[in-house]
Amino acid sequence: MKTQRVERPCLRALVLRAGDAAARFIADEATRLDLSVVAGVAARPSVERLRGKTVLLALARQVDTAAALIELDGVARRIVLWPHDLPIGRMDGVIKAAEVDFAISVWPPLEPDSGDGVFTIRAAPGPEEIDPPASEWVLFTSGTAGQPKMVVHTLDSLAGHLFSDAPPAMGPIWCTFYDIRRYGGLQILLRALIGPGSLVLSCPDETPGMFLARAAAAGATHFLGTPSHWRRALMTEEAGRISPAYVRLSGEVADQMILDKLRQSYGHARIVHAFASTEAGLAFEVADGEAGFPAALVSQPGAAADLRILGHALQVRSRRNAIGYLDKRINAIPDAEGFVDTGDIVELRGDRYYFAGRRDGTVNVGGQKVHPEEVEAVINQHPAVEMSLVSARASPITGAIVVADVVCRPPGTAPSASPADSARAMQSDIRDFCRARLAAHKVPAAIRIVPRLDIAPSGKLVRMRA
Amino acid sequence: MPVRSTVESTIVQVAAEHNKSLPPLTDNLPLLESGLDSLCLAVVVARLEDGLGVDPFSAAEGVVLPVTIGDFVELYENATR
Repeated sequence: MKTQRVERPCLRALVLRAGDAAARFIADEATRLDLSVVAGVAARPSVERLRGKTVLLALARQVDTAAALIELDGVARRIVLWPHDLPIGRMDGVIKAAEVDFAISVWPPLEPDSGDGVFTIRAAPGPEEIDPPASEWVLFTSGTAGQPKMVVHTLDSLAGHLFSDAPPAMGPIWCTFYDIRRYGGLQILLRALIGPGSLVLSCPDETPGMFLARAAAAGATHFLGTPSHWRRALMTEEAGRISPAYVRLSGEVADQMILDKLRQSYGHARIVHAFASTEAGLAFEVADGEAGFPAALVSQPGAAADLRILGHALQVRSRRNAIGYLDKRINAIPDAEGFVDTGDIVELRGDRYYFAGRRDGTVNVGGQKVHPEEVEAVINQHPAVEMSLVSARASPITGAIVVADVVCRPPGTAPSASPADSARAMQSDIRDFCRARLAAHKVPAAIRIVPRLDIAPSGKLVRMRA
Repeated sequence: MPVRSTVESTIVQVAAEHNKSLPPLTDNLPLLESGLDSLCLAVVVARLEDGLGVDPFSAAEGVVLPVTIGDFVELYENATR
């Protein structure tokens, strides 16, 4: 693991330095957090107890998470950001793997002797370490079939590009559909805190329309989300109530349709699509309104990141790369030459690269990842199924959706229904079977009953990878 | 079956599969306040692509994204015309 490259002030100092904290805020549906209050408080005894410790932040609300991060950076040895959508059953494993000393579910933390038991788990006592050189920030990659990976950053790798001796007097009011407990949303939080600016956050129980109306009322001008967030947003009346100066898409491939729609809806906005990942950080930003990215960005000197294409996959080298995986058994990121492999396949058409799916075939359904093999394994358990092939189909709503081709076993007893009826019954039966065993976004939206599937000479299913 | 009934019955079926309760479907009902989340909507669009043979969203230009149930039905009626 690399050591901290440059000594940086802690997040709280940066928030205070970044201008008029009293005029800045982080808001969700119910709470408006005044940044001067958070950044200005003297170290609380309850927080001071966390000095040099590893702290798991498992707070219900994003606003509380933001407050905790401001207070803990530079105090805790390691901050683990628990994403709200992870199954709670995984927490014990995470506490062990990340060597968590304290897991916290309310902020500010209560004293352990307060007696109501909310100041939660005290795991195995960690080594005493006063004044850690720089807090490690541990983020989770987005959901995969197995345990999500924990990726180690520091404030420097997350936000070093934002540090400046003379920050602007006042930045914009940001608004994001992302959750700040993952890389994309955390980037916006840090931009608002250090930028300096303010931030309007979404709440889980809000419709996109309600959220946009609230953002408009708060005066937000800079809006960020995935292409799926934006497709959804543009299907609301309230989309007409915001007048963004800046619109940004990342987290999924931005297709031409959504870029055109945004241009049509927000003629005066600067519309940018970007590629970033938890491991690689930001790779590029494109502002010309076209899908894909200019081939000239590859090996361009002086760009935000060095890009290279190796085996059709995009690789990224920059000071925004993560330091590594928490689990040292997983291959080091970056590689010996300093590049992080994104696993995203690109193809060159003319003078532009376009994204053509994941090397491992992962399907991205509105930001949630699906491994086709996991879905196939479930379908293949169905007593009437011989074999199956799960793949992605482009969706105008979620970017992609899971579909399945299924080969059925020869029927034992002759069915009385017509072949069309029995196919329909089989589709619906397989769907019910999957729904009982898989998360909703993994259940195939469409199932085709096919006579056979192609098998390669290797004995493996032929997968039509884009 | 007329396009409208196909669209509406697909919406009702997908909502039931995802345990979403729907209010009565009227043309003025905003699509995203009908109780369908974006995954449901994506499934509806995929099923209709198989059922009606069209994906009106894929038209190169001029697609106005639907805001209400009525807009959504109309999108499919125009695409199958």
